[in-house]
Amino acid sequence: MILPFLAVIAGFYIYPIANVLWLSVVEPEPGLGNYAALFDTESLRRIILTTIRICVVTTFFSVLFGYTIAYAMVHMDQRKQNLMLALVLVSFWISILVRTFSWLMLLGHNGLLNNGLQAIGVINEPIAFVRNELGVLIGMIHYMIPYAVLPLLVNMRNLDMRVMRASQNLGATGTQTFLRVYLPMTIPGIVASTILVFILSLGFYVTPAILGGGKVLMIAEYISVQILITLKWGTAAMLATLMLFGVLGMLYVMSRFMKLSAVFGGGR
Amino acid sequence: MRRKSFADRIRTCAVWSLLMFLVLPALVAIPVSLTPKRFLSFPSSELSLRHFETLINSSQWISSFFQSATIAGATALLSTIFGTLCAVGLWRVSSKMGETVRAFLLLPLIIPQIISAMAFYHLWIPLGILDSYPGLILAHTILATPMVLITVSASLANFDPKLEQASRNLGASTMTTLWMVILPSIKPGVWAGALFAFILSWDEIVVTLFISRFSVYTLPRRMWNGIRENTDPTVASAAVVLIVLTALAFVSYELIIRKRQRSA
Repeated sequence: MILPFLAVIAGFYIYPIANVLWLSVVEPEPGLGNYAALFDTESLRRIILTTIRICVVTTFFSVLFGYTIAYAMVHMDQRKQNLMLALVLVSFWISILVRTFSWLMLLGHNGLLNNGLQAIGVINEPIAFVRNELGVLIGMIHYMIPYAVLPLLVNMRNLDMRVMRASQNLGATGTQTFLRVYLPMTIPGIVASTILVFILSLGFYVTPAILGGGKVLMIAEYISVQILITLKWGTAAMLATLMLFGVLGMLYVMSRFMKLSAVFGGGR
Repeated sequence: MRRKSFADRIRTCAVWSLLMFLVLPALVAIPVSLTPKRFLSFPSSELSLRHFETLINSSQWISSFFQSATIAGATALLSTIFGTLCAVGLWRVSSKMGETVRAFLLLPLIIPQIISAMAFYHLWIPLGILDSYPGLILAHTILATPMVLITVSASLANFDPKLEQASRNLGASTMTTLWMVILPSIKPGVWAGALFAFILSWDEIVVTLFISRFSVYTLPRRMWNGIRENTDPTVASAAVVLIVLTALAFVSYELIIRKRQRSA
């Protein structure tokens, strides 16, 4: 029963991916030239650094906000919990293109935010929110928060709340209980959502391309330019190889903290 | 119940504003779509539906709409079949080996879409299915099947294996057992998987940008162009239509879930 799809995935997915990885050492000429370029091409290094910087900041804020939401959610009554989960899932479901478009309308030169701030006299000149890293970060954090919430929620719902009461009965204050009992118990959830968000951010294409307006070049967009415009498969394949092994490495770390199926099973 | 402290209230406030931050920005498309002006702007005094009129009278948008619906429908059908078969197959073996195969089958969900896009593009050229329906449907099916595998597996976790044994002992073949015994009890998971697969394809842009050109032009692709050109408000009305459709899909998903909980 598994065989049909196994054959499809091996022939039409794994095989071409292997091919692409192979290209990184044979295009344009056999050898490690594409990888050596990492050390002597300033622009490549800048793109990789930009990508990592944006991913780190996005991951930090998404997990922070995601933790806040998940924590509040498990402490609410059932009705409010359902409402909050519905809000998270609705934002999860709305098309990425619709959301990115909306951010462009909100943050743009003549956007709602700039017009509003100018109308009430806070600023004289429009602030540049888009076509820079700030815009990319806002859009990406907004997109990633639901992904951060879901693994944390799975983790927090399975905690034994009696431990918290025990801690309070033994005289610990609320803050102490949170920092020394609750927080350590949620570390698997934090690790899982951190890695999940980081992986998704690493290959992110839509938001950086639109909200960055060509000014913020991340790896995914650079790969697409290399393939569709300048036709340099070698460099693109080299970047894809690095990205792929980075992702698989992080998944390996994550699998040691949590059952992967629990994370990819999503919210319910 | 202890009384709510000041800090608690601030926290509650912060959480609700975070949730508003998640949902509200997407709705900005609604006022923009109602502007009476010819360019992307917010309406100041009067509202107009002219951009919705342009949208439904535009043969390009309508054709993209139907193309996306066709591709997403075919993708949902194929990946539901593949995904359900895989889920049932893996559920029956449930061994160490099975878990490895499962991880392998989930790869399309895990590998960054940009890498999948490169791979499809690279193979679709020699196969001659670049910029064609079969090419897009095959690529989307590969990406969507893991979603079905996940939802159906979740349903199967609640299914009692003894029922399958009983059916076998009574002399039913594998196919009969699957069709008459297993499938009816995992229906909600199968429907949820089909819905997820449909949405994934309906909304897919990264792979689509690589493997479509002129003859196939999906809705996300047209929106992508509209957003990049950043002038014509028709794209805002298309966004509003998508928001409404998402809301409908979400409601039907919730109904499926309720049904699953009742039957579980």
